[in-house]
Amino acid sequence: MTAPPRMGFFTDTSVCIGCKACEVACKEWNAIPADFPEGGFTGTSMDSSEGLGADTWRHVAFVEQRRPLGGQDPGVPRTAPTPHDVAHLDVLSLAGQGASSAPAHIPASPAEPGPAGDFRWLMSSDVCKHCTHAACLDVCPTGSLFRTEFGTVVVQEDICNGCGYCVPACPYGVIDQRKDDGRVWKCTLCYDRIGVGAEPACAKACPTDSIQFGPLDELRERADARLAQLHGAGIDEARLYGRDPADGVGGDGAFFLLLDEPEVYGLPPDPVVTTRDLPRMWRHVGTAALALVGGVAAAFASTIVTGGRRR
Amino acid sequence: MAECHPVGFQWVMEAKARGATVIHVDPRFTRTSALADLHVPLRAGTDIAFLGGIINHVLQNEKYFHDYVVAYTNAATIVGEDFRDTEDLAGVFSGLDREDKSYDFETWHYEGGMVQAASGERDQVGSERVKESDGAGSDGARSDQARSDQARSDGDGSGGRKSRASGVKRAARGEAHGSGGAGISGEFETDETLQHPRTVFQILKRHFARYTPELVAETCGVPEETFLRVCELLEENSTPERTSAFVYSVGWTHHTVGVQYIRTASILQALLGNIGRPGGGILALRGHASIQGSTDIPTLFNILPGYIPMPHAESSPDLTTFVSAEKAEKGYWAELGSYLVSLLKSYWGPAATPDNDFCFDYLPRLTGSHSSFETVMAQLEGECTGFFVLGENPAVGSANAKMQRLAMASLDWLVVRDFSLIESATWWKDGPEIETGELRTEDIGTEVFFLPAAAHTEKDGSFTNTQRLLQWHHQAVEPAGDVRSDLWFLFHLGRRIREKLAGSTDERDRPVLDLTWDYPTKGSTDEPEAEAVLAEINGWDGHGTPLSSYQQLRDDGSTACGCWIYCGTYADGVNQAARRKPGTEQDWVAHEWGWAWPANRRILYNRASAAPDGAPWSERKAYVWWDPDEKKWVGHDVPDFSPTKAPDHVPPKDATGVAALSGTDAFIMQADGKAWLYVPAGLTDGPLPAHYEPQESPVANPVYPEQRNPARQIDSVVHPENRFQPSGDEPGAQVYPYALTTYRIAEHHTAGGMSRWSPYLSELAPAMFCEVSPELARERGLTHGGWAHVVTARNVIEARVMVTDRIPDLRVRGEVLHQVGLPYHWGANGLVTGDAANELTSLVMDPNVHIMETKALACDIRPGRRPRGPDRPALVESYRRRAGITERTGVDDTGATRTGGTA
Amino acid sequence: MGIKTWIESWPVYRQLTDDDPLGRGSAAKSRTSSTLRPRITDADHVTKSICPFCAVGCGQNVYVKEGKVVQIEGDPDSPVSRGRLCPRGSSSLQLTTGDAREYTVRYRRPGGTDWEDLDLDTAMDMIADRVIASRAEGWQWEHEGKRVRRTMGFASLGGATLDNEENYLIKKLFTALGAIQIENQARI
Repeated sequence: MTAPPRMGFFTDTSVCIGCKACEVACKEWNAIPADFPEGGFTGTSMDSSEGLGADTWRHVAFVEQRRPLGGQDPGVPRTAPTPHDVAHLDVLSLAGQGASSAPAHIPASPAEPGPAGDFRWLMSSDVCKHCTHAACLDVCPTGSLFRTEFGTVVVQEDICNGCGYCVPACPYGVIDQRKDDGRVWKCTLCYDRIGVGAEPACAKACPTDSIQFGPLDELRERADARLAQLHGAGIDEARLYGRDPADGVGGDGAFFLLLDEPEVYGLPPDPVVTTRDLPRMWRHVGTAALALVGGVAAAFASTIVTGGRRR
Repeated sequence: MAECHPVGFQWVMEAKARGATVIHVDPRFTRTSALADLHVPLRAGTDIAFLGGIINHVLQNEKYFHDYVVAYTNAATIVGEDFRDTEDLAGVFSGLDREDKSYDFETWHYEGGMVQAASGERDQVGSERVKESDGAGSDGARSDQARSDQARSDGDGSGGRKSRASGVKRAARGEAHGSGGAGISGEFETDETLQHPRTVFQILKRHFARYTPELVAETCGVPEETFLRVCELLEENSTPERTSAFVYSVGWTHHTVGVQYIRTASILQALLGNIGRPGGGILALRGHASIQGSTDIPTLFNILPGYIPMPHAESSPDLTTFVSAEKAEKGYWAELGSYLVSLLKSYWGPAATPDNDFCFDYLPRLTGSHSSFETVMAQLEGECTGFFVLGENPAVGSANAKMQRLAMASLDWLVVRDFSLIESATWWKDGPEIETGELRTEDIGTEVFFLPAAAHTEKDGSFTNTQRLLQWHHQAVEPAGDVRSDLWFLFHLGRRIREKLAGSTDERDRPVLDLTWDYPTKGSTDEPEAEAVLAEINGWDGHGTPLSSYQQLRDDGSTACGCWIYCGTYADGVNQAARRKPGTEQDWVAHEWGWAWPANRRILYNRASAAPDGAPWSERKAYVWWDPDEKKWVGHDVPDFSPTKAPDHVPPKDATGVAALSGTDAFIMQADGKAWLYVPAGLTDGPLPAHYEPQESPVANPVYPEQRNPARQIDSVVHPENRFQPSGDEPGAQVYPYALTTYRIAEHHTAGGMSRWSPYLSELAPAMFCEVSPELARERGLTHGGWAHVVTARNVIEARVMVTDRIPDLRVRGEVLHQVGLPYHWGANGLVTGDAANELTSLVMDPNVHIMETKALACDIRPGRRPRGPDRPALVESYRRRAGITERTGVDDTGATRTGGTA
Repeated sequence: MGIKTWIESWPVYRQLTDDDPLGRGSAAKSRTSSTLRPRITDADHVTKSICPFCAVGCGQNVYVKEGKVVQIEGDPDSPVSRGRLCPRGSSSLQLTTGDAREYTVRYRRPGGTDWEDLDLDTAMDMIADRVIASRAEGWQWEHEGKRVRRTMGFASLGGATLDNEENYLIKKLFTALGAIQIENQARI
C-alpha cells in the first residue's frame, strides 16, 4: 500500500471574511466545549476566542489598521482611540475583574493615530501548523502525539496523560491543556474525516474558500500562484507564511497567505522547532540509550511470558 | 452581506476574482467592507440622497442606457398637467393633506389616464372606480373630508382606539405589488424623443437636479470625490456588455421612507439598463429561511396568497366589484379573478360555488392598517386578548420592545411556540419591567402556554429563499417529547376548533366549518403530510390533476390553487421543490435544483435582456432572445414573456390582459408593460423618491425644508410609551445629539432566539456592545471595553463599549456627526445576555408597507451602566423633560416654515 | 486479545517492523486512532435539508444514526451554497440537538409566579377554547356601518422561520376564523 500524500491546509487570508464558520464547524464536529472569554467581552475587534487553545482549534484573528483599503475617505481626521485605554494592558487585573465589572483597560484596535480615512480590517483563521519538524511530537513521552499517514500531527486522547511537556515545546503556542481533564488538545486536521476522504470540517464550511485543504504539494503550488497574482496586482505586502520547507520548523503542514507581517496576526515571525538541538544531544547519550533499550526489552519479554496486562 | 449572508457572499468573492468591482455603502465598516474595493461610509438614513445623486449624475452626463430606457421604461410617457413636484412645492408633492399625512394622488396620473388608481390605497380608488361605473360619480372630496375629520379627532393623543382608527384610511397595499405594479388604465401619450417637458424623463431630470455632488456631501457625509468615483464605476459597468447589481437588506427597508429607498435604486437600475439582465437587478437579501415564502404565502394582514389584496370593507362588497377594482387592464394582473377564485376554491372547496361568489363573503374585511404595530395598540387597549407567537420574539426583536411586552401583559392568553424559553415566553417573571417595578408578576393576568416547536430536521416542508427558490427539507428524525411542527399545531388546533363548533348554526362559524381541512396524517403523532399541503398550494383541476402553470387557472370554479404564483411547484404530481440535481451536473442557471416562482423562472423580466428587436444586447450578456427561425423566445432561462409573441408584435386596440402587451412590453406584470421611473399609482408617499430625514435625526434636512416624510404613518401609534424626539433645528433636539443605527453581526441570528442558546455562537459574541468612534469616545468619556448607556425618548440600555474606526465620523452640513452602532441580538435569556437595542427604537412607519424605522434614529450616549429599578424610567423621563417632549413632538408637521434646506 | 495481536500492537514492535524507525508515526497509533471512523460514515442515512437560519437557503446534509441527528453539514450538491455553511448554519447540530431545547409544554396560569407542567393534549384543548372565546368576544359583523365579518379578538405573529405549508395553514385557518391581525417578521 502506497502512503497517502502529505495533506495540509492553505489558509488564504486575503479572502477571509472573518465569519468564524471554521470555528463553529470545528467545534460541532469535534464536540469541543464552549470557551467563553473572561470578563464577557474582549474588546479585541470582533475576536472573542482570543487565540488557539485546548478548546479553540480554529481561531480567527481580527486586525484593524489605519492603512488604505481602497479610496474610502470619510473626510474627518482621526486621532488615537482614547488617551488612557491603550498603553499598558494588565492581563491579571483583567482576569480578576470577572464578568460583572468592566475591565478598565482593554486596548482598542487600532491603537495608533493614522491619516484620515485609511482603514483596513485583516482577518485570518489560525490553526495548528502540523509542522514538518514538530517539537510537540518530539517531546511527547507517551506516544500520544504521533504523525499520521497524512503527515499531520495528532494527539491521541486515549493515550495522553496530561504531562504537558508538549505545551512549552510548541513554537506557536498552539497545543494546550484542557483545565478540567488535564489532557492536551489541538487540531487533528480532522484525522477521522480525512481517513475516509472527507474534507476537514473547517475547510468544508469556509464560505469563501479561504481555508483550502489538500495534498501539501498542490496547496503550495496554488499558494505560489495566488501570491504571484496578488503581487501582480500591486499588493506587495502579500507573503506566504510557513510555506518554506527550509524554515525553522521545516515548513508547516498548515500554512498561510498573509497581508502583513506575521506578528500583526499574532504569529511568531521566525518559529524554530524547540527540539532543534535534540539530535546533537542524542549523539552524546546514544550509548547509554542503547543499553537502556536492551534492558527494557528483557523486562518486557518476561512480562509476555507471564501474560501480563498493561495498565 | 459577509456579515449576515456569508455563504451568499462567496458569489461576490467569485465575481471579484473575475474582475468585478465591489462597492460597499454602509455607515459602518463591516466584514463586507473589508473585502470590498471601495467602502463608502454614509450617514444612516440618507441613501435616497446618495442614490438620487447618482441618478442626477447619470442624467446630467447622459450615462443612461438610451435604447433600454426608451423601449422598456416609462421615460417617454407624459404626465398630466396637474402634477406638482417637490421643486414646486417646497419639498412635497401635489395632493398632500397635511393633517391626515396622506396624499390625494389624483394629480400624479399619466396624461390620458382615465380613472387612475393612484395610490397604494387601492380600496379607496377601487370604490371610486366602481362608483364611476355605477354612474354615481367620484366622491373623493367627501372621503377626504371624512379623513380630515378623523385625523383631527386624533388630536387628543391618547393613543386610544380613535387614533388607531385614523390608520383605517391608510392601509396601503405595498405588498400587494410584490409581483407587479398597481393597476392603471387608459391610453397614455408618449414622446419617444423624451423632449416633452412633461415626459417622465424630463420630470425626473428636474426632480433630481437638486441632488448635486455638493448636496450629497452635505447630506450623506460622503466626500464629493468618493461619490463621483462611485458614479463613474457604476456607469462604466452598466452597458450592453456589462451589468451592475445592487444588493440590499433591511438597512434600506427599516425607514419611514423605506419603499422609496428601493424605488430610488429601481429608477437608477432601470436608467442604467440593469433590470432583467444577467448580473443585474436589485437583490433583497432577506434574513429568515422562509421570509420570502411568508410574504408569498403571507402571514401578513393585508394580502392573501400570491399578493392578492385582502378585501377592504369600504370597497369590496362582492367578488365582481373587488376584482374589477383590483385587477389591471393589461398584463398578468388582468387575470386576478382566476387567481382569487382558485384560492377560494382551495380554501372552501365544494362550498365555494358561483352562486355564493365562491365564498368571497367568508373573507374578513380590513378597515385600515392592522399591522403588528396596530395590533400592539389593540392589545394595550384590551381589544385583542389572545396572541399566538410562532417562531418570533417580539419581546426583544420588535421595535419598542417595552411596548411589545406591555401589550402581552394586557392579554388574556398567549401561546409561544419556539425551541427554548425565549424572552417573549418569560417576560412575566423576568422582564425588564419586573425589575423596574412597572409590572408585578402576580398582577399580570396573561395565561401563557409555551409549546416546544420542531426543528427543520424534524419535519417536511419547503422554504422559499431570497431568490424566490422553493427548496424542500425532508424530515430526518421524529420530534421528541411534546415537540411538534407548526403544521401539526395548526392542523390539530383547527381540527379541535371545528369539532367544538360542529353543528353550530351561527353564520359566523360557516367559514371555518366549510373549510377544507382534511389533510392526510402520518406517524404516531398524526403529523399532517406537508406534501399534501404543497399539492393544495400548487392547485388542481376539476379532476384533481395537479396544475402545472398559473395560466391554467380559471375564474369559473373549475380550478383550485392555494397560491397562484406557486402553481407549478407540484406539476405532474412531483414535488418540484425537492429536486436536487447536483449543481455540477447542470448549467449555471441550475433549473433542476428546487423550483423558483413563477414558472421556475430564475431572472424576472428577462425579456429585457434582449434588445427591442429580440437580439441579445451583447453576446457577453445574452440570456433570453428571440429565435426568428423557430419563432419563439429561447435562451438560458424560462422566458418571462409570452413564448411566441414576436418582438414586433403590436396588440390590437381593444386587447386586454396579456394580449394587450406589445412585443417590447418587457415588464409584463406592470399595467403598461414598462419599468416605472415615475410611479403614477401604487405609492402613498409620492410618485418619486425625495430625501426626508428619519423621524428622529440630529440633522435638519439639507435637501428640502420638509424635515420628515409628510406621509409617514405615525398617528396610529401615538402612546405614552412611544414618545418621539425633536429633530434637526427643533428645540430640544440637541438632547439626543448622535445618529443611531442598529444591525446584525455574523455571530448571531436576528433577536437571538436561534443563536443565544447555542454555546458555539454565543461564545463568539458574548456581550451586547455599542460601537463608537475614538472621537465620540473622547467627547463623552467612554472607555473601550467599559460600559456605556444609550438613551432615547423610549428607554435606556447599557452596552460594552467598542471604540473603533469601523464606525467613522462624518462631516454633515459642515459639522462632525458622530454615529452610534448597536447590534440588536441580545436579551435577558439564553447563554449570553444583554439589553435589547429595540428598547430604544420607536413605532413609526413607512406608509406603504407599515414597516418601522429602526435603522436610523437619534440618541445620547453616556459612560457607565444604566440605572436600575425605578431610576431607569426616571432617567428616560428626565431626558424627555429636558428635550421638552410632549405627546405631539415629532408627530405634528408644520410644513415648510423653517429656513433650513436649500429650496 | 491473543498474544500475537498483543505483540503486534506493541509500539516498539510496530516501530521496528513498520516503516517508522522514530516511533512517532504508525507505531504510535493507538487502538482508538486505528479504529477511528467519522460519524458521517457510520450514519444510517443522510437526509437532504435546507439551512433554517437566513434566506440564502444553503443545502444541508443531515446525518442520522439510530434515530438521532449526529451531524449536519453543507450539501456540496447545492448550486446555491456548494457545500458551505456560515457560523450559524454550522451550528445547526447544536440548534437541533443542544441542551437548550425544551421538550415539554410549559404553562403559566394568570397571576402565576412560575411555570407548571401541562399535558400537550390538555394544552391543545385549552388553546382551542381560548381561541373560540376571544374570537367571539372580539367579533364584528360591522365596523362603522360596513360589513366586516371578522374578529379583532386574537392575533398571530410569526411565519418567516416556518415552512410555506405552515404559513399556508396559519393564513387559511385564521382567515376562516375571521382573524385579520396575522403578521410575521417580514413586517418587522
